[in-house]
Amino acid sequence: MNWQKSFAEFWRIFAEQNGYLVFLRGLGITMLIATLGLLIGIVVGTVIAAIKVLPRYKKITRFFQKICDFYVAAFRGTPLVVQLLLAYYVVPGVLGVSWPAENVCVVIFGLNSGAYVSEIMRSGILSVDPGQMEAGRALGLSYPVTMLKIVIPQAIKNIIPTLGNEYISLVKETSIVSFVTATDICKSFREIGDATYEYVIPYLFMAIVYVIIVLVLTLLVKLVEARLRRSEK
Amino acid sequence: MNNNNENALIVVKNLQKVFKNNNGDTVQALDGIDNVIHNGEKVVIIGPSGCGKSTFLRCLNCMEDPTGGSIFFGGEDLADMKVDINKHRENIGMVFQQFNLFNNKTVLQNIMLAPVHIRIKKAGGIFAPTAVKKQIKEEARQTAMSLLRRIGLEEKANVYPSKLSGGQKQRIAIVRALAMNPQVMLFDEPTSALDPEMVGEVLDLMKQLANEGMTMVVVTHEMGFAREVADRVIFMSEGKIVEEGKPSEFFDNPQTDRAKQFLKCVL
Repeated sequence: MNWQKSFAEFWRIFAEQNGYLVFLRGLGITMLIATLGLLIGIVVGTVIAAIKVLPRYKKITRFFQKICDFYVAAFRGTPLVVQLLLAYYVVPGVLGVSWPAENVCVVIFGLNSGAYVSEIMRSGILSVDPGQMEAGRALGLSYPVTMLKIVIPQAIKNIIPTLGNEYISLVKETSIVSFVTATDICKSFREIGDATYEYVIPYLFMAIVYVIIVLVLTLLVKLVEARLRRSEK
Repeated sequence: MNNNNENALIVVKNLQKVFKNNNGDTVQALDGIDNVIHNGEKVVIIGPSGCGKSTFLRCLNCMEDPTGGSIFFGGEDLADMKVDINKHRENIGMVFQQFNLFNNKTVLQNIMLAPVHIRIKKAGGIFAPTAVKKQIKEEARQTAMSLLRRIGLEEKANVYPSKLSGGQKQRIAIVRALAMNPQVMLFDEPTSALDPEMVGEVLDLMKQLANEGMTMVVVTHEMGFAREVADRVIFMSEGKIVEEGKPSEFFDNPQTDRAKQFLKCVL
């Protein structure tokens, strides 16, 4: 294989024929899906976790807990690709609507991530001293208010490293979104390769790009964690 | 509320608490407690460990839900699960053995949080006018600062709890409860988690409150405090009130064998 020629071909497409625009768009889509997905996941996961740690003696709470269990089982029990395919190709047909692939990806990544974040968040909530909840309740604050103002902020601090992990794996999992026609980083490099039928350099480049993104995110998570720790000193 | 004493603040009738643990065993923590706590009264509850004294105290504001009997406070039966317990807890201050200051809030925020939230909620929640919210916050800040000044910790207002000593934490926990302007204060072994040299500062603050006429129910092992401050001592054993009376009578001349035995060990 002629590395020099392969690289020259790749560079011609990438730099001179607007290949970099395709890449930047892919980068944008990947980060958008992963970031919005994580944010939706945190909201969904926090709600599920807050319901799951409720005391079990009321019928209505047990009912909601069952729903949450079902949700988590459904989204952890099927592969993400299957969920994407169902949401993009099956659900619109049944409901008689159509929606853009990127939107489907954001929602499905969010709902899927919510199932995982709920367990992360639950362990975070359980790691907060129960006395914090008692003190809030004893002052006359309601359960949801105490949860939101006292317990969850402390829980999040404890689980920042694990949430960082979740973000990183979301970024990498976006490489499957071309199954439903969205153009992420992975698809953008495939398109660049398609232009010359030369895939070695684009795919190596793609791997390096993912590594760089993950390294940057790791650094960001560390900064956020350090900042949150400092605020309590 | 059918009791013949108008001065009664909390009326406890046949209070029962049964704990179930995971393997299905049951423990009768409280077995038919009857008692009346009057306005301005200082009641100290003592007894051997596991006798149910903390459970009794924690049932008074339903931190533990009673499994039987009733607790009349503010015209309602708190043991009834339909009662809005949050409304009543605003009037029942509680101080814990482990202080339980909010770790993610500064000292000032710890004291202001509940009064501000509850008053804003009453003024319409997020729909309350900004000026009203501002005024509520400003008033709460002034109350909080004057409470901090009173315990000599105003310079700690913007410090997080992790920077405070145990005695400071507990005194702040006490004024945090006072900021709600409660009708009664419950103390659950407030000095048991403190280093010996810090016990005094907390007890001094409690004595000040007592002198100002605050109604207090205190679970403690500090017999000196009980003798000095209490109007009435309740001695509990195995989920029942075994003996109660004026501290001078109880400590100098206990009537029951169980109380005699206990006092021999602790005095």
